[in-house]
Amino acid sequence: MIWFMVAGMCLVTFVPRVIPLALGRNLVLPRWIRRWLSFFPYAALGSLIFPGILTVVEGRPWIGLAAGSCAALLALKARNAIFPVLAAIAVAVLLQLIVR
Amino acid sequence: MQNHPAAEILRGVRAGAPVAVGYVPMAMAFGVLATQVDRAGHPLLSFLQAGAMSLFVYAGASQFASLGMLAAGASAVSIVLATFVLNFRHFLMSVALSRRLPLRQGGHPVYHVLPLALGFGITDETFVVASLEERLGIRYFVGLILTVYLAWFTGTLIGAGFSSLIPPVIARGMGVALYAMFIAILIPGVKKALVNGLVAVAGGVLAWGASVLLPAIPGGWRIVIAILAASAIGAVAGGDEARVDEDRAGGPAGPDGSRRESRPRGTA
Repeated sequence: MIWFMVAGMCLVTFVPRVIPLALGRNLVLPRWIRRWLSFFPYAALGSLIFPGILTVVEGRPWIGLAAGSCAALLALKARNAIFPVLAAIAVAVLLQLIVR
Repeated sequence: MQNHPAAEILRGVRAGAPVAVGYVPMAMAFGVLATQVDRAGHPLLSFLQAGAMSLFVYAGASQFASLGMLAAGASAVSIVLATFVLNFRHFLMSVALSRRLPLRQGGHPVYHVLPLALGFGITDETFVVASLEERLGIRYFVGLILTVYLAWFTGTLIGAGFSSLIPPVIARGMGVALYAMFIAILIPGVKKALVNGLVAVAGGVLAWGASVLLPAIPGGWRIVIAILAASAIGAVAGGDEARVDEDRAGGPAGPDGSRRESRPRGTA
């Protein structure tokens, strides 16, 4: 049952990811759609960050918010994303330990 | 030819490194959760199954969702359906990338297989990094997705292998890594053009609004709706980011590429 599930999940994640690339540039799109598509990364980032970040520690949404804010502040200065990510993990772990 | 092939791959690997750092703890968290025993003393997945999931399914949100559903006693069919819904957004991302990746059609068999391999490497994060890269090439993309894929797989194995050794406080704390990485990727884009930040905020507000107002819609679809609507806001509000992308879409763009922007062909 688990292996059947894994196989099914593999199929349904593979197909949508691959079809547009397999069609490649045969896929001709009008300019307004291309313009629309160009904003997808930012829209995707926004909707993936929020409200998901509130659920990092169940019942304590502010821990995710605090760690995320810390990452945002550091990302303003840091050139690499690694440092903000590690700092956010540290903040999330510490806040859980300190604030009971 | 801008660069040595190996240098291009290496450039992709370097761009993938921060994503990989965000993925390892997430994947470890998945491995831990998947193999932790429940109250009845059974793990949800075996070590092998958890590894296979990351290797063949390779879809973070869906993998976590499947654990939740397995724990709730859901059937395999319903989990597969949920996975499809949750991951359909990658279709949109693949459409966007298909315009940017210089894939050759037909000819040598490699060109039939290559899109399949590259497509499998599309995740929210690799999509964002690749589509924000100004000199996006096949080799760069290969370096990027391989780095990230290996990090996800390795992280899963570590998490599943040492699940009993990792305290829950740390595991939960590591859960924030993914979001922190999203934020760290977003900030430079916002610094470049404020409209990008506006679109991101709109995406977050819409996703949150949908989760409050339309809780019956599965999370994956809510994200799809939020992406479509927030991007439309950006396209209407205008901005420079769209233009950068458009110029690269077809052939060499003239230095006056900006002028085309003022006349959208479609009637919204």
